[in-house]
Amino acid sequence: MIEVVNVSKSYATRLGPVQILHDVNCTIGKGEKVGILGRNGAGKSTMVRLISGAEQPTSGAILRGMSVSWPLAFGGAFQGSLTGLDNMRFICRIYGLDWQSRIPFVEEFSELGPYLREPVRSYSSGMRARLAFAISMVVEFDCFLIDEIIAVGDARFHEKCHVELFEKRADRAMIIVSHDSGYIRAHCDRIGVLNGGGLSMFEDVEEGFQFYEQVYHVH
Amino acid sequence: MENVRSLLHALTIQKRVVGALFIREVLTRFGRHNIGFLWLFVEPMMFTIGVTLLWTAFKSTHGSNLPITAFAVSGYSTALLWRNMPSRCVGAILPNLSLMYHRQVKLIDIFLSRLLLEAAGATISFVTLTVLFSVVGWMDWPEDILKVAFGWSMLAWFGAALAIALGALSEKTEVVEKIWHPIAYFMLPVSGVAYLVDALPVDVQKIVLIVPIVHGTELIREGFFGSKIVAHYDMGYFAMCNAALSLFALAMTRIVSREVVPE
Repeated sequence: MIEVVNVSKSYATRLGPVQILHDVNCTIGKGEKVGILGRNGAGKSTMVRLISGAEQPTSGAILRGMSVSWPLAFGGAFQGSLTGLDNMRFICRIYGLDWQSRIPFVEEFSELGPYLREPVRSYSSGMRARLAFAISMVVEFDCFLIDEIIAVGDARFHEKCHVELFEKRADRAMIIVSHDSGYIRAHCDRIGVLNGGGLSMFEDVEEGFQFYEQVYHVH
Repeated sequence: MENVRSLLHALTIQKRVVGALFIREVLTRFGRHNIGFLWLFVEPMMFTIGVTLLWTAFKSTHGSNLPITAFAVSGYSTALLWRNMPSRCVGAILPNLSLMYHRQVKLIDIFLSRLLLEAAGATISFVTLTVLFSVVGWMDWPEDILKVAFGWSMLAWFGAALAIALGALSEKTEVVEKIWHPIAYFMLPVSGVAYLVDALPVDVQKIVLIVPIVHGTELIREGFFGSKIVAHYDMGYFAMCNAALSLFALAMTRIVSREVVPE
């Protein structure tokens, strides 16, 4: 279980601190799929980064009772001057995994061909997303944090991600940030809406969408 | 018992992360081209050899009658040790921001991996030159290797603590990056690299011995020349300074790590 307890987060700017999250509480149980909705800048990515532990909350605590992935997002998590393979080795090393045996899977899944041995900075965003996804499937997490990553890539990539994530790893928890309401509806059993720094959780997906449409005046 | 177990677990993770960062650092710094990671110690060696040649040419033992080669090797190598470590840690966070996406990777790990690499380079260069010059007869073997090793380790500790402190501070303000270079430059003449404390007037000795690194350099000189010189050092004082600096460095790292945002 992951517990987010009274978490607030503010960033320092030239004009003083800007509060992004204010006193947020929620829990994510084993195998639960939670979608997070919110306008651009509402704090969705901040929320995911805090849960992953990449950033520290200004106040409050995040208790991780299960293993949590890093935020699977378009950019980030890779060193641009290193090759895709070097990045994969790095991640295997910090998780204490043997990288040798995982190369075939990453080669096969990422479909990067010779580019796997080229610096990541030469990759397109689709290629980065494929690499990020392939590497994250190498480490067996209890909870995956998915920040719009599946929005990149073509239909075939979506299909492959779907099989790996929602079929082979159907028992895992997931926190999904997406603007694609169809995607959230299809995969999530609970919804959180970020609005004005606060998080409102809904056990019922449709109820969550109704609230979202109401506060943001979207349909 | 529970605490010990969680500490051991944390140490295992830290060992993994520092190891992975170390390899990554070697790859990004030296790549897989030409002599690759040999540059790690070839570069500092070139510095020391250059200074040795210069000092030999101008016969500058700076007021002593010691053999110039040994004087330069024992002096200038130490300067590389405490000067290069901070230089590598100032601004070390920015290029590694993307790795901070992984919660195992902490600021201190980034610093430690760079420090290990830098200390290894300076040490290999120092040892290689000492052995090489002694074998070909340009200088005599150090009289007491243990003293040299102790002085060297203490200087490495100083360099590491200073590096972590400046590395963390440089994340708070860019001023650190700008003023570090002049400071490093002016530290050289007072560090004991180019003179023996004993050769100075007594009043000046007192002032110079306030500088912690001088104690380390003097001990290394005693290890090299032993009976031929009178060395002035107080390793207790040096250790106290190092400990205080380390404490400050770790505290700064902790403060800054709460503010770092992965890109």
